[in-house]
Amino acid sequence: MDEFVNLKATELRLGLPGRDNVCEDGERVSCNSNSNKRALQVDAENELKTETSLLESKVQIVGWPPVRSYRKNNIQTKKNESDHESQGIYVKVSMDGAPYLRKIDLSCYKGYSDLLKALETMFKFSVGGEYSERDGYKGSDFVPTYEDRDGDWMLIGDVPWDVLMGFCYLLQDVLCSCKRLRIMKGSEAKCLGSCV
Amino acid sequence: MDLRLPSKVLEHILSFVDSNEDRNSVSLVCKSWFETERRTRKRVFVRNCYAVTPEAVARRFPETRSLTLKGKPHFADYNLVPDGWGGYAWPWIEAMAAKCPSLDELRLKRMVVTDECLEKIAASFKDFKVLVLTSCEGFSTDGLAAIAVACSNLRELELRECIVEDLGGDWLSYFPETLTSLVSLDFSCLDSEVKLSDLERLVSRSPNLKSLKLNRAVSLDALGSLLRLAPQLVELGTGSFSDKLDQEAVSKLSQAFSEMKELKSLSGLWDVLPEYIPLLYSVCPGLTSLNLSYATVQMPDLVELLTRCSNLQKLWVMDLIEDKGLEVVASSCKELRELRVFPSGAEGLNDTNVAMTEQGLVSVSEGCPNLESVLYFCVQFTNAAMVTIARNRPNLTCFRLCVMEPFSPDHKTQQPLDEGFKAIVERCKDLQRLSVSGLLTNKAFEYIGTHGKKLRMLSIAFAGDSDLMLHHLLSGCESLNKLEIRDCPFGDTALLENAAKLETMRSLWMSSCCVSFGACKLLSQKMPKLNVEVIDEHPLETRPDSSPVERIYIYRTLAGPRLDMPEFVWTTQKNPEIGVSHLAIK
Repeated sequence: MDEFVNLKATELRLGLPGRDNVCEDGERVSCNSNSNKRALQVDAENELKTETSLLESKVQIVGWPPVRSYRKNNIQTKKNESDHESQGIYVKVSMDGAPYLRKIDLSCYKGYSDLLKALETMFKFSVGGEYSERDGYKGSDFVPTYEDRDGDWMLIGDVPWDVLMGFCYLLQDVLCSCKRLRIMKGSEAKCLGSCV
Repeated sequence: MDLRLPSKVLEHILSFVDSNEDRNSVSLVCKSWFETERRTRKRVFVRNCYAVTPEAVARRFPETRSLTLKGKPHFADYNLVPDGWGGYAWPWIEAMAAKCPSLDELRLKRMVVTDECLEKIAASFKDFKVLVLTSCEGFSTDGLAAIAVACSNLRELELRECIVEDLGGDWLSYFPETLTSLVSLDFSCLDSEVKLSDLERLVSRSPNLKSLKLNRAVSLDALGSLLRLAPQLVELGTGSFSDKLDQEAVSKLSQAFSEMKELKSLSGLWDVLPEYIPLLYSVCPGLTSLNLSYATVQMPDLVELLTRCSNLQKLWVMDLIEDKGLEVVASSCKELRELRVFPSGAEGLNDTNVAMTEQGLVSVSEGCPNLESVLYFCVQFTNAAMVTIARNRPNLTCFRLCVMEPFSPDHKTQQPLDEGFKAIVERCKDLQRLSVSGLLTNKAFEYIGTHGKKLRMLSIAFAGDSDLMLHHLLSGCESLNKLEIRDCPFGDTALLENAAKLETMRSLWMSSCCVSFGACKLLSQKMPKLNVEVIDEHPLETRPDSSPVERIYIYRTLAGPRLDMPEFVWTTQKNPEIGVSHLAIK
């Protein structure tokens, strides 16, 4: 037993990162006592942001999910060919009032209408109003916005789609012109229309 | 009076006995029956290529026409087996070439096949007809050329999800003009473009061609001309389905599809553009098998297609179909027997944009009375859903559920998924294959051990609390043949207590568990008829017996320790310096 304890520091750590005490001799690991398991599930709403970043930074587990490499490579290749970069442009999308965020690959969409349709399907809402340069999404309860490099919330639709995507291709990921999307709801959104 | 059946008569009788299970029984009756049976066996299946030596098989069954071999363990599919582990086809091909000249069919799965192997096949078997390689690797398109040029009576050449060194598309041009016997050709896993004119000529001179699976490089335009040359196809795998075609080309292609009256199986459809989906409408009603798992179209387009597939028995699709799409499948595809839903996301768990839940599978279980085989990747599940599915479909024989986030509980009650799997094993009395996932305690495995009497193959990941889990399975599941486990926190005790069970199974795989080095050594010593392979990329000589090993692969064998083990595979026979310590294992 002593031998075992001394070697703990150099021992192969098995199990998922964040889990400890997986292999104690004779010890029964009860699922309830291992708080790390809980960390992988969505908790209180106000912890969502940290949860999402925890999920994002999670280490890739080898061979999980159990999808054959052949299949993984073929889906990957498809993205390679059509998107000019191997990983697509994934941005977080939050909707006011929704319990968790989603992620979408911007490079999958051909234009703003495509993107909005997808967001409407994903979050089960409808923008309603027509976009116009003058009034934004007038008459709509929901307003799609994105956060740009400077941290400002910009209305989706002002900048031509190609320009927005062009920035994304050049700068990728963290430096992307569009860092994340947010669907604003209700009074906050309405304010945009009147504060011109 | 000699009551023995003359061997000629026995031979004649045995010519009607097809099943190898029956033939195995026949061979146990007495020596003369053994002799007659072995001389007349035509098809041999070796489901673990290391369970027996190639020479022994070739010697025993000299008249064999067809050999099926499997090499690497199943988890090799998910990169859990390091490269170079083994599974070489060469010794088998060499042995068969020497002793079984009548061999004309070779089916290999998860094996390393080199160009030399292919050349040897081409050179050794005069009337070679069938080569089917599934998830194999190690060869190049040059090897294919060797087969093409030499096998003048070739009927089937199928490369299913192989990793091939692609040196170009010339190999296809090596099929001689005199080859007219082709029935099935599958080169879907190759990258390079083949010469269209050669392919067209090959198809034209193959009146018996029933199955053609093209690779991605074959354009939509080319597909049209190929279909016109082979309207009799029963199975079709298209190439890329995304080129821009003009109106005339589109209507010609549509016409070509509508001429295909025999088509039962459709696959490929890579990159299919939504506007081309209607081209397939004419063949939908006849389809029994549809593989959309590489078709990255969204739910509405998938639904348009599936509502027309009333005779579908097998559906492979990506989770882009969403729960809603599966509801449509449930109401349109009443003949469905097998459903596989694959994740569309890239590597990560949170990359998929689609949330596939338990709803979709519940709908299908309600609407499809013949559903017996399920593979389902999703983001969440509930116990109640599994109970419903089990109640609806007690006829399930294969249930593989992959909730992608490890340790996911029932998303409504936050409880482990124990009760759900209990319902499955309790109700589905003929269940032969089960993969579990989500948050599971020992209870789940107690249930599986108690009820899973017909279970032959079981896959487990990130589950259980302790050794009891393994003990329940090994002591309870009477029919257990293959068990594969990863990332579960136990090992030694259950393994050693149930050592005898391992001889009744084909194999056991455990990786990232807590099996100690000492236990492996002890097991190896106790059970000489098993190969206990420790697959570990760190040297073991200096490891204490209590330290856990990365992976173990245990399988019964008549062949003894294999001679082709790489550095990172350790057995007590190959590495006697390790020795067996007398450390008492609890």
